[in-house]
Amino acid sequence: MGVGIRVSALNAWFGKTQALRNIDLEVPANHATAIIGPSGCGKSTFVRCLNRMHETVPEARVEGRVEIGGTDIYSNGKSPVEVRRRVGMVFQKANPFPTMSIYDNVAAGLKLNGLRSRRMLDEIVERSLRQAALWDEVKDLLKKKSGASLSGGQQQRLCIARALAVEPEVMLMDEPASALDPISTAKIEDLIFQLKEDYTIVIVTHNMQQAARVAEFTGFFLLGELVEFDKTQKIFTTPADKRTEDYITGRFG
Amino acid sequence: MRADGGTNLIRRLKDWSASAFAVVATCLVLAPLVAIFSYLVYMGLGAINWAFLTQTPKPVGEAGGGMANAMVGSGVILLLASVIGIPFGVGTGIYLAEFGRNRFGNVIRFAADVLNGVPSIVMGIAVYGLVVLRQGHFSALAGGIVLGIMMVPTVSRSTEEMLLMVPQNIREAALGLGIPQWRTTISVTLRTASSGIITGIMLAFARVAGETAPLLFTAFGNQFWSLKVNQPIAALPLQIFVYAISPFDEWHRQAWAGALVLVALIVATVAVVRLLARRGMFQGAH
Repeated sequence: MGVGIRVSALNAWFGKTQALRNIDLEVPANHATAIIGPSGCGKSTFVRCLNRMHETVPEARVEGRVEIGGTDIYSNGKSPVEVRRRVGMVFQKANPFPTMSIYDNVAAGLKLNGLRSRRMLDEIVERSLRQAALWDEVKDLLKKKSGASLSGGQQQRLCIARALAVEPEVMLMDEPASALDPISTAKIEDLIFQLKEDYTIVIVTHNMQQAARVAEFTGFFLLGELVEFDKTQKIFTTPADKRTEDYITGRFG
Repeated sequence: MRADGGTNLIRRLKDWSASAFAVVATCLVLAPLVAIFSYLVYMGLGAINWAFLTQTPKPVGEAGGGMANAMVGSGVILLLASVIGIPFGVGTGIYLAEFGRNRFGNVIRFAADVLNGVPSIVMGIAVYGLVVLRQGHFSALAGGIVLGIMMVPTVSRSTEEMLLMVPQNIREAALGLGIPQWRTTISVTLRTASSGIITGIMLAFARVAGETAPLLFTAFGNQFWSLKVNQPIAALPLQIFVYAISPFDEWHRQAWAGALVLVALIVATVAVVRLLARRGMFQGAH
């Protein structure tokens, strides 16, 4: 089993507040890895460090190494833009571009980076929407409807399609289903199941059942530290750390 | 649970009076607009005819003639003003919204607000000194420059406000796709805010379209056809001003007609631009 992302000695700050402390972690390639933990424990900050989105917040700072495909994304001369093309992200709240059609939403990452070929764009848009299990629902509305006119669950799958269209190696998902109803959530989870054949997936979730359903590996974060990282089954049945056990059994705090 | 009858009545009364207040307020706001427009139509419509729309002014004492040159002249000046005012205004707005959370940004904001408050005649004199005296003569260009400068503060502040209303997660979505910052700003943020920005531009346009004072020392006016940017040019507000203070009844009627045409042209421009903007919305990423 290959290593998808190797994180070593990762520290992150917002101004003077330290949000992540000395994280060491190896995310296996072509598997889904769940990141769990209570609110404010640094889960989101952690995944946002994996595609260099953390530094877009004013006064935010990162130290340490994050190797994806063998190269450190924080090494000198690496541009964040280049990193983000290789590491896709799906956000907690679906955020389609409101003034763009469904088609343009999916094509945005390619078009705005200069791809002009109609034929290629058509192909990629269809493939990405199929991958995101949205094609059948929107194929007749591609250029007629705006991305914002879809339902919440459809919007989130549109955002997944948009991220897939640029063909990343890694897919980060920051609580992708937390604002969705159970049916939409199930669709997203099915999707994760299929996607992990081809992508390394890191998914932040508040929902421990979800972590158990979709992820082979789970990391438990608490107060900016990685308390424990292991096979999901191990974390949920025989965790090594007392704090993990307290959290998953709901005896927390 | 049953609602208490007395409370219910009071609530309905409050509800009714709040609605009534809103309706009355709306009517009070609309009344002057309707009054001005209908009076303009009443006074001006009679003097609008084919000659008025196609001919240049006749010499004093001769009947007939029109304001065609002033209509075209206003168009030329406003085009120049837009070419100057819109890019600078939108550019400043982008800077303020995306990069201006600092002291320099505050200085610019303050300067824009002050500029907005400078009386238009003062702007006219300033451009007279800076452009007209240096060129040695009045010109359409000088008129365009002064109106363009007057557009900048309104356009920049409204652009800034509209951009700030674009949710942060839309910017993050674009950055997260590996779209560079500058591309994100132009093709995603600016585009998401475009309808609001266009409204701001149209407000600024409509405001300067009716300006008279700053044109007195810049565009100056012209009784004849001219499309030369470098020469004095006629403008509707100037023509209305000259005709309205003249002692001739015929000219008074033409001034009313000119005023009606001016308002109609402004309304038409704003309507057409909005329509085009709405159509263009779905034409794909640029």
